[in-house]
Amino acid sequence: MKRNTLTRRPAVAKDSRMDQRETFQGRAKGPDGRLWPALQKVWRKRPVRLGVSVLSLGMVTALSGCITVSAPDKPIVIELNINIKQEVIYRLAADAGKTIDSNKDIF
Amino acid sequence: MSRVFASVSPFLAAALLVPVMAGGALAQVRDPAYAAARAAGQVGEMPTGYLGIVGASTPELKRLVDDINIKRKAVYAERAQAQHATVEEYAFTTGCKLVMQTQPGEKYQTPDGSWQVRGGGAPVRDSRCPA
Repeated sequence: MKRNTLTRRPAVAKDSRMDQRETFQGRAKGPDGRLWPALQKVWRKRPVRLGVSVLSLGMVTALSGCITVSAPDKPIVIELNINIKQEVIYRLAADAGKTIDSNKDIF
Repeated sequence: MSRVFASVSPFLAAALLVPVMAGGALAQVRDPAYAAARAAGQVGEMPTGYLGIVGASTPELKRLVDDINIKRKAVYAERAQAQHATVEEYAFTTGCKLVMQTQPGEKYQTPDGSWQVRGGGAPVRDSRCPA
């Protein structure tokens, strides 16, 4: 057995949990010195597992009530000049024309 | 004394005038490389008031366009401050006019971002642009 645990570790791990195996072998002893039955460990873990499964069930039901967001099929166009008002443009138009005429090298 | 001054003054006046005229004339003429790129449709006017590269970018084109756009932005910033407007507003207003002033054959960008060759008719501009 020991040779198996050392040399064929994956195969041993597949067979059963090593701590359980050790329990059966009688190597793991409780605080009182007696052998711990394998079932006792399972019973100890059951309430925790039950709690986790209830929690995950609750999360699934909570998620199903969420708003789903899907990507738009059209490209998103951001209008950068949306804040520029037409009245401002009309106010600036005459001055802009003069600016172009006096800086013809860059326009 | 006045005779000396009278004889010198034409030269003095000419010496003072020539740089002013030269400077004025220089500021009113496009750089040949810029004029060529414009005519070839490599660069075009964008609705934002800045120059854009139309096709594939080259380091020379990028330098040319960046140089002009930096100068434009400096002018926009100065005029925008004087007019109590934002640089973006002033640049956009100038862009409306610059697209309108493109010559047939030159390139301009429509509000949806596509490049067009200016034809004989009115260019496609932002609906807020003045007539």
